[in-house]
Amino acid sequence: MTLSRMPEPDRTVLDRSETIIGELVALLGADGVISREEGRRAFEADALTAYRQPPLAVALPRTTEDVSKLLKYCRQAGVKVVPRGAGTSLCGGATPTADSIVIGTSRMNSVLETDFVNRTITVQTGITNLAITDAVSAEGFFYAPDPSSQLACTLGGNLAMNSGGAHCLKYGVTTNNVLGLKMVLMDGEIVEINGPYLDSGGYDFMALVIGSEGQFGIITEATLKIIPRMPFARPVMLGFSSCEAAGQCVAAIIGSGIIPVAIEYMDKPAIAVAEAFAKAGYPLDVEALLIVEVEGFEDEIERLLRAITDIALNFDPQVIEASTSTEHSERIWKGRKAAFGAMGRISDYYCMDGTIPLARLPEVLSRIGEICAEKRLKVANVFHAGDGNLHPLILFNANDPDEAIRAEQAGAEILKLCVAVGGCLTGEHGVGIEKRDLMDIQFSPSDLAVQMRIKSIFDPHWLLNPGKVFPLPAQELSEQSAADRAA
Amino acid sequence: MSDLQRPGADWELQFVIAGCAEKRMPVEIVGSGSKRGIGRPVDGAVTITTASLRGISLYEPNELVMSARAGTPLSQVESELATRGQMLPFEPIDLGPATGAAHGAQTIGGVFATNMSGARRIQCGAARDHLIGVKGVNGRAELFQLGGRVMKNVTGYDVTRGLAGSWGTLAVMTEVTFKVIPWPETAATVIYLGLPDDLAIELLSTALALPVEVSGAIHLQAPVAARLGHPGLRTMGKSVTALRLENFSSAVAGRKQHLKEMLKVYGKALELDHRESLEFWGELRRLSVMPNRPSLLWRISTKPTTAPKLVAAIKRYMPVEVYYDWGGALIWLEVPAADDASTAEIRRVTAIHGGHATLIRAEPAVRAAVEVFQPLDPGLERLTRGLKAAFDPAGILNPGRMYANL
Repeated sequence: MTLSRMPEPDRTVLDRSETIIGELVALLGADGVISREEGRRAFEADALTAYRQPPLAVALPRTTEDVSKLLKYCRQAGVKVVPRGAGTSLCGGATPTADSIVIGTSRMNSVLETDFVNRTITVQTGITNLAITDAVSAEGFFYAPDPSSQLACTLGGNLAMNSGGAHCLKYGVTTNNVLGLKMVLMDGEIVEINGPYLDSGGYDFMALVIGSEGQFGIITEATLKIIPRMPFARPVMLGFSSCEAAGQCVAAIIGSGIIPVAIEYMDKPAIAVAEAFAKAGYPLDVEALLIVEVEGFEDEIERLLRAITDIALNFDPQVIEASTSTEHSERIWKGRKAAFGAMGRISDYYCMDGTIPLARLPEVLSRIGEICAEKRLKVANVFHAGDGNLHPLILFNANDPDEAIRAEQAGAEILKLCVAVGGCLTGEHGVGIEKRDLMDIQFSPSDLAVQMRIKSIFDPHWLLNPGKVFPLPAQELSEQSAADRAA
Repeated sequence: MSDLQRPGADWELQFVIAGCAEKRMPVEIVGSGSKRGIGRPVDGAVTITTASLRGISLYEPNELVMSARAGTPLSQVESELATRGQMLPFEPIDLGPATGAAHGAQTIGGVFATNMSGARRIQCGAARDHLIGVKGVNGRAELFQLGGRVMKNVTGYDVTRGLAGSWGTLAVMTEVTFKVIPWPETAATVIYLGLPDDLAIELLSTALALPVEVSGAIHLQAPVAARLGHPGLRTMGKSVTALRLENFSSAVAGRKQHLKEMLKVYGKALELDHRESLEFWGELRRLSVMPNRPSLLWRISTKPTTAPKLVAAIKRYMPVEVYYDWGGALIWLEVPAADDASTAEIRRVTAIHGGHATLIRAEPAVRAAVEVFQPLDPGLERLTRGLKAAFDPAGILNPGRMYANL
């Protein structure tokens, strides 16, 4: 691919590699530091695998105090730091540079406290997303944000990217489900932001930190809201002969006053791939398939599914199939959940993540088709329709450099389109390296300056997660002016 | 009397702020001014009101989103939403009547700038949770626009939500974009009488752990319940513990039965129907059980299980009258007037039990003399000063409103 430029490694840091590794070992012990090449290779990329660069070393702290010692040292020594959870970022959010230390949270994965009466759980941030729900499900609770990578991804990564998931239409994204954070700043100071309390007053640092892509500090502990799980949930599949009809049906459902827990959309190519892999029983002759899930008590579900079906009938549905059992529900979801993996079996793909206003769906999908056709590429669309979050999967052959370049160009065109129709570059994956150079399409210079000044408060020397989020020239300018102020 | 500026456009606001920044002239920022009596008093040479920045600029009922200029009256926003059967999810509380200002005067910008949410916060989240886009002018006179009109958006830092609750000290918002939800078909309220605080909070916690989506969970001590408008509840002489259910009619009926069954150990339940429920929760939303009077009004965030203990501890020092909201996570505490707002006792007790306390109502001289917001730990104080300086390096926007010397 035409790789985005990464910052030049700092020679003076590379020259001190051995000293730096020695210091890290002194802080954490030999078993807490990975410095041999084959070990570092395991951390050279996240799920945006086009970018690969082993870090100088990897540090694996066990406690908040370990993280504090590490950051304090790195700050004093002028060493850059790349925080990393499970490395599932699709946007290069955890891509290292050669002169950086990766701080991995994998050994900080404990549940510290569950409080069912006050409906909270406090955990270390290296815990996986699914393990949080597992820790509370026996008591009838769950943790709401559910990114598709929830089996592997860590809470730390979810906090960094403000992750969403299929069910955020009803329950919100990460920032709506967190009560308090413990965080280590770049100078080693440990700060607690809010606690197990609601709306404490004072500036909303929690809002600023969640979604800051690991550039403000390292969050080591979090107190989260847990929610009583509804007794039952069931989906209905609705197949349509056009994307317009499907889009209008979604609008009509929401406009009617029903908020389903999820409304997922797949276009014809996505349906075909998912069905071939998962045998979910999807109709292959429709242009668009909706999976609409509702939850509640049995009689409520019956009523809601009937209401949704009645609405759908106004849009000439080709298929209406409501789940009749738990097994049936699982089968319907199996295809959607497997869609990305199934796509990966037939082709390399580039997964985009723009959000658009729902009303613009038909024109956006037809324009996406044109953009990809112009680049001689195939595309399949998977869409969290309830909240406008679009995931076009652009298929390409990674071994064909020309095709890879065309895929990246098509992706950029699609994201520009999302912004042009009133949407945004990324709905839940984050900016990372991938969308960094597109930021000035969505933001004016003063919009970016407002954001970069906040970065400089938390990390005056711009050592945390370098090369991400902002166009590189703007970063270098901020870095320089911050250094000048500090001098 | 300070010079009153009413910019009608973003560029006018930029022009006014640029002039003030150049002269380092402190500016008081207001919407309708209904919350002027809250926070530390601001001594501004200039007052800027957003009152002329008004109007709904975007409303897409099928996408559950609205944008409005910051000075648009909340009442206008809510009546426009009602025409399509929708509402603000977080039920913004009206502090006017409790603080001696007008009822129903606040602007939509003021709602988000103070992050004030009502009873439904426990189910739906706070004002800040629903703010998805903002346009504003900072103390550098820069016009910026962040977030957007789509509800899933992680492009760049979440400065939009970061401005919620900043009380006009970082920037003047000129337009806000927010999520809305449909009005539920029916509301019903289940009420238990005469419970002491600890049992009442236990009841609320039990109810909130059930999968029935309780959308209001409050407890009024008996003297506070005696201020209710509802004639039956007012004259009982007993505390009132209330739970609200909202959904379509048959779901509310089924869930209500389930709830009552699970709570039967707490005694016989009274019920309010849809119309009575609207009145009851409407009263609470106006905080009419905490009417304006010389006494102090504190707002304390804590853990529900801690709340009755915290209240009992304060009661050892002074008489208290209490309205618990959010299942006990929020305490509205009325205590006798005192020159120091009883700050030492209340902050000490809050520190011991865990929580954050904000002084909502006191004489201006008292609010000028004490810390109104929860005092900051050194680490957060440094970040707070940094954030203020990043947005408003000359320190001209609502100086001292949240913290002295800031």
